Amino acid sequence: MNFWTDPLKVAADWLQGVFTSWGMNEVFAHVLVAFLGVLLLITILMVIDIFLVWIERKVVARFQDRIGPNRLGPFGLIQPFADIIKLIIKEDTTPAGADKVVYNLAPILSMMSVLIIWSVVPIAPVILSVNLNVGVLFLIAAGAIGTLSIIMAGWSSNNKFALIGAFRQVAMMVAFEVPMLAMLLIPTIFAGSMNMNDIIQAQGGLWYFVLSPLGALIFLVAIIAELGRAPFDLSEGESELVAGFNIEYSGMKFGMFYAGELLHAMTFGGIWGILFFGGYRFFGLEQVSPFLAIAIFLFKALLGYWVIMWVKYTMMRIRIDQMLVFNWVFLTPLSFALLMVTALMNALLQGAPVWLYAAGMFLSNVVVAWIALEVARSVSRKERQKVEGVAQVAEAHH
Amino acid sequence: MNEWLYVLLFMIVGALIPVGAILGGFLLGPKKPNPLKQSTYECGIEAVGEAWVQFKAQYYIFALVFLVFDVEAVFLFPWAVKLGALGLYAALEGVLFIAILVVGLLYAWRKGMLEWA
Repeated sequence: MNFWTDPLKVAADWLQGVFTSWGMNEVFAHVLVAFLGVLLLITILMVIDIFLVWIERKVVARFQDRIGPNRLGPFGLIQPFADIIKLIIKEDTTPAGADKVVYNLAPILSMMSVLIIWSVVPIAPVILSVNLNVGVLFLIAAGAIGTLSIIMAGWSSNNKFALIGAFRQVAMMVAFEVPMLAMLLIPTIFAGSMNMNDIIQAQGGLWYFVLSPLGALIFLVAIIAELGRAPFDLSEGESELVAGFNIEYSGMKFGMFYAGELLHAMTFGGIWGILFFGGYRFFGLEQVSPFLAIAIFLFKALLGYWVIMWVKYTMMRIRIDQMLVFNWVFLTPLSFALLMVTALMNALLQGAPVWLYAAGMFLSNVVVAWIALEVARSVSRKERQKVEGVAQVAEAHH
Repeated sequence: MNEWLYVLLFMIVGALIPVGAILGGFLLGPKKPNPLKQSTYECGIEAVGEAWVQFKAQYYIFALVFLVFDVEAVFLFPWAVKLGALGLYAALEGVLFIAILVVGLLYAWRKGMLEWA
């Protein structure tokens, strides 16, 4: 065992040795080493977060046929630092009549809810903070704190726009948590474990995207809704609510909401990669070096983030009632139908060879998707004919 | 138990970082409050009435429908973990359980609870 095969353990053991040689208590030294490790990971995440601002601005510029920030440093790379300096020296105003404790706690919780997700994210085979046996459930629990921060911000701001934005966001997050839960069950069924690392290890032969393409797609829609990004950006809705739940926030408190949102998007991109695209695995390349595995995972996370941005800058916002009806009437029944079919197929194909298992799963997904699309098409055709019929009657009366 | 120590540390460090950033902004930024600046924003005009407006009862109904499905997740996750070992009978049991929930959703749908009236 050396630094290149297991860097975290070597560094931790070395630090532990140093601290105990200073006459420190064994347990205290262990906690201190753990603390430093967590601090290192979160610091790296915050540095990545700073560059996410640059990535987001550059990518949106490209989607809109612009160049984006290009004045400060090479390719405008220094731009996010200028943004941070500007946010820090802004005056921090608190609106009159705001509930001060809740108002100040909301941006902190918003950032924290994203950072604690990373405690269960396996970054490389040997680099993971917590090998939690209920990792998948922990994801949902951490996500609930994010919902809480939004309702806190909206409620305490003493502003109508903020409150309306918060209502919408909470209704949406609560609604899309149901298909998200159902889709989290599918990798759990395949891997037979809720542990995130086990789920990655079980994807040695086949990525779960191959076994369940429809599941991956529904999960992507659900995470975009959880993030509150377009087409589900009703909580911010610039053209109707100005900025939504964070309208009364300025300076670094706004910065925390903004940075939290960007990091959240990349985190969910990474989780999508873990559950359906093999996480840090890439055809055995991850065995070469943990550093290569980190690069693979980061690449997949950024690719997931790019897909989320792609959707964001392509789609337009949908109305709150359309969004809720889309979830409860289409996405939730579809995700439960897929879950039932997957469970049954899993039981029926238990002893089958891998190729038969994979083909059966893939085909059952295609069939479920086809049936869902046909039903949706016939229902919308009937709706359209009804509307057209009414219009023709109105025309005749003229 | 050791693993939950890391989760606790993540919570502590994860809270300290935004607290530090906001504190930095608080120390470095100017502080010149005045009543006009602190009034809540409402598209440039003076705020009319209470900010805590009445909200649609429909939000409550959606939250109630959600509650049914959220509680069920607690039962479904252990089932999903052991599904491979338990075989067809357990899979059918789970499917039946989900089907009962879907019937509940259909009932709410037929009653018009899922429409934005």
